[in-house]
Amino acid sequence: MSFFKAENLSIQFGGVKAVTNVSFEVQQGEVFTIIGPNGAGKTTIFNLISLIYPPTSGRITFEGREITGMTPHRVANLGIARTFQNIELFEHASVLQNLLIGRHNHTATRLWQELLFMPSVRRAEIEHREAVEKVIDFLDLQHHRDSMVAGLPYGVRKVVELGRALCIGPKLLLLDEPSSGLNPEETDDMAFWIEDIKKDLGVTVLMVEHDMSLVSRVSDRVLALAQGEMLSIGTSREVQSDPKVIEAYLGKPE
Amino acid sequence: MAQFLQLTFSGIAIGCVYALVALGFVLIYKATETVNFAQGDLMMLGGFFAYTATTLIGLPYWVGIILALIAMALFGMLTERIVLRPVLGQAQFTVVMVTIGVGYVARGVVTMMPGWGTDTFKIVTPFAEQVVHIGGAALALDQLMIIVDTAVLCLILFLFFRYSRIGIAMQATSQNQLAAYYMGIPVRRINTLIWGLSAAVAAFAGILLAPITFVHANMGFIGLKAFPAAVVGGFGSIPGAIVGGLIIGLVESFAGFYLPEGFKDIAAYIVVLLVLMFKPSGLFGEKLRKKV
Amino acid sequence: MRFLFKTDYDQDIRLFKDGVQMFWYALLGIVLLALPAVLPEYLMGQMVFILIYAIIGLGLMLLIGFTGQISLGHAAFLAVGAYTEAIMQAKGMPFVVSIVLSAVFAGAAGLIVGLPALRLKGIYLAIATMAFGFIAEEVITRWEHVTGGNSGKQLKQIDFFGIIIDNDTKFYYLALGLVVIILLGMINLMRSPTGRAFVAIRDSEISAQSMGIHLAKYKTIAFTFSAALTGVAGALYGHKLQFISPEQFNLLVSIEMTTLVFIGGLGSFHGAIFGAAFIIALPQLIVFAKDVLPPAIGQQTGLQPTVFGLILIGFLIFEPLGIYGRWVKIRTYFSLFPFYRRGMFKRQKSYMKSDRLK
Repeated sequence: MSFFKAENLSIQFGGVKAVTNVSFEVQQGEVFTIIGPNGAGKTTIFNLISLIYPPTSGRITFEGREITGMTPHRVANLGIARTFQNIELFEHASVLQNLLIGRHNHTATRLWQELLFMPSVRRAEIEHREAVEKVIDFLDLQHHRDSMVAGLPYGVRKVVELGRALCIGPKLLLLDEPSSGLNPEETDDMAFWIEDIKKDLGVTVLMVEHDMSLVSRVSDRVLALAQGEMLSIGTSREVQSDPKVIEAYLGKPE
Repeated sequence: MAQFLQLTFSGIAIGCVYALVALGFVLIYKATETVNFAQGDLMMLGGFFAYTATTLIGLPYWVGIILALIAMALFGMLTERIVLRPVLGQAQFTVVMVTIGVGYVARGVVTMMPGWGTDTFKIVTPFAEQVVHIGGAALALDQLMIIVDTAVLCLILFLFFRYSRIGIAMQATSQNQLAAYYMGIPVRRINTLIWGLSAAVAAFAGILLAPITFVHANMGFIGLKAFPAAVVGGFGSIPGAIVGGLIIGLVESFAGFYLPEGFKDIAAYIVVLLVLMFKPSGLFGEKLRKKV
Repeated sequence: MRFLFKTDYDQDIRLFKDGVQMFWYALLGIVLLALPAVLPEYLMGQMVFILIYAIIGLGLMLLIGFTGQISLGHAAFLAVGAYTEAIMQAKGMPFVVSIVLSAVFAGAAGLIVGLPALRLKGIYLAIATMAFGFIAEEVITRWEHVTGGNSGKQLKQIDFFGIIIDNDTKFYYLALGLVVIILLGMINLMRSPTGRAFVAIRDSEISAQSMGIHLAKYKTIAFTFSAALTGVAGALYGHKLQFISPEQFNLLVSIEMTTLVFIGGLGSFHGAIFGAAFIIALPQLIVFAKDVLPPAIGQQTGLQPTVFGLILIGFLIFEPLGIYGRWVKIRTYFSLFPFYRRGMFKRQKSYMKSDRLK
């Protein structure tokens, strides 16, 4: 049984083929990166995994269970967390609240208990906070704990979003362009975190990324896409030296 | 048969009014994503302006109407400039609440104006009380004029959006504001003009409706039926607004005759709930998704 | 200026931030309890209306301010609550049972509207709820053997465990008690996972979903609770007016209720209360102003909608967080005096953020 598997994924929007026949497997414990020029269908694959769109054909399995066709919120319950390319935080809530929402699928209290704020709810709330505090420590967010997201700089938001995904307690973490919009130092921090997430937390990472130095630094395997189709799959070095990949990025040699 | 014809005819006539008000919604919605809850009140103001020009001042009917339309266009532009531009970019419903506020002010101020007040007024048209007989049905010329005028206005608007520079710029703005801005289209001024155009269209609807319902401060509530019309047509579509308006008008007309008492007033709302349940994008609407 | 050092998770969770805040709320409590001793009976009647509207405001705040779902048909739930109360009372049910039934019936109506409305967003939801409101009003008018149609329905005085609520002071204490219970329940909800799920849905549905939040479930809960609270308010409203008829629950009432939360301040409990106070106080202030203004303006019936509209527009343009936002600023001004800067609460201006694809 493979950990995560996408088989023959295709999706069309109207007549436009966004993703055609993409298949790949992610092994438990690795960092698997999808690269490709703009419009290659990278984010679309993420959206297929989080069930934002249903695929036209193909299936996705996670730990042997098919996830295509489930109701979208169940994906998170299975242990798949994600971040978004353009940051989708809960703007009018504090960082702490954002992270606590990440703990949503660990909720065990019932509505009537919450209405009365029974001792069990109070205990659960404290447990949620202890769990979130670990993520806050891990990502150095203590300083921003009680700030409103709407007022935070871009780089911090990016980290908060990563933190929120970690609060789910994921087995598989989908990162959509973790370094976009970050300055070199912040990108460097991000690389460290991705490595730590893999080594210390034992979370498998599937990521979409443009920054090739980050890609080669953290990825175990890389998949290159162009115009929705698979070009090449292998280690970062193999993929980068593949003539088809070079052609997709730079055009045909004259 | 004559009955059927009569119902169809009056349904289309009132449908044209809904269509024009819905058209005003759609114009503004496409350009600025604002849903203007004051559209009906703009229609009411248009009625009062026309009443003032033709009856109070005593200008000839057509001159008075044109003056009223120009005045309303200016009023629409002014409204956009003063109260809507400051909230541009706020959450959609905040802007909607602003237009609701505009509606309150319009209804309130109208009743406070000398010569207007809370009474009901009549605009005398050149076609008043004339009747045409077609296929055994007696058709009031006032209603016939609604249909003819609406058709003419639609043609003018079609030509305007198709061929005039401003019309094309308006279309571009409604497709993609940022891109239009980069192409050198003065987006803010276009928004102002669209409000002017939309207010004038609403006023035109009010003037057409005036012979049937008369002019009064709460005349704008008829405009609420234009929401179902716009939704049925698919909120962002101009032809959709026209077709939607006609559908609502016809449904209402037939429901009033064939269904028990009470259905006439809510037929439009039952239709809109059904459409929203089964085809939320309406007849001509496009389906959009957020990109993440 | 006070700083709060957090050393315990409980400090995030508990009702009052610290002793100072608790002191102010205790003081407010004493003032509210002592109010009937000071105010004349007429103003107590107005206070009862404020409390009833506060319940409506809290219900709508839950839906609009916290969950981000709009409604322009809430007068229908108010009607369901009021008519349920009238009918149940006529059947001889005790008040405690009938008011719970009002909540249950209104909540059920909310559920019925909420379920198909789940797929709808923004303006479509507004139009759907508005359509529902119109239909409900018509149904009440036509269903004569139950609702009495246009001739309306009478309500007797409330019999609360043998205490007849026959004056506004008694009514005030009853309503105050209900508001406090509802407020506590809502605060509890909002500091629990369910409340956070609401906020998540309000700010980004797509992201909430990817956090494992079942959108349909939580939207339905929000709709049902909101309708149920409005139903409770409806029951009280019916008793306060002693007579109900369909036109008391028309679109304008729905719109007024929705503007309440916008004027009060979206996303805060304070906002619901402030908004309620505003909606009730405004007509009184206008009556007051009529004596001062020249008769040419003062005697006009149009004065009230005009002023109401202008204030609504003014708040939306200059103070999008409503009366509560203004309150926070004034409080900050005094606690930071003399270091308050004008730019402190400046909003970032976003250029045309599309809501079409939310």
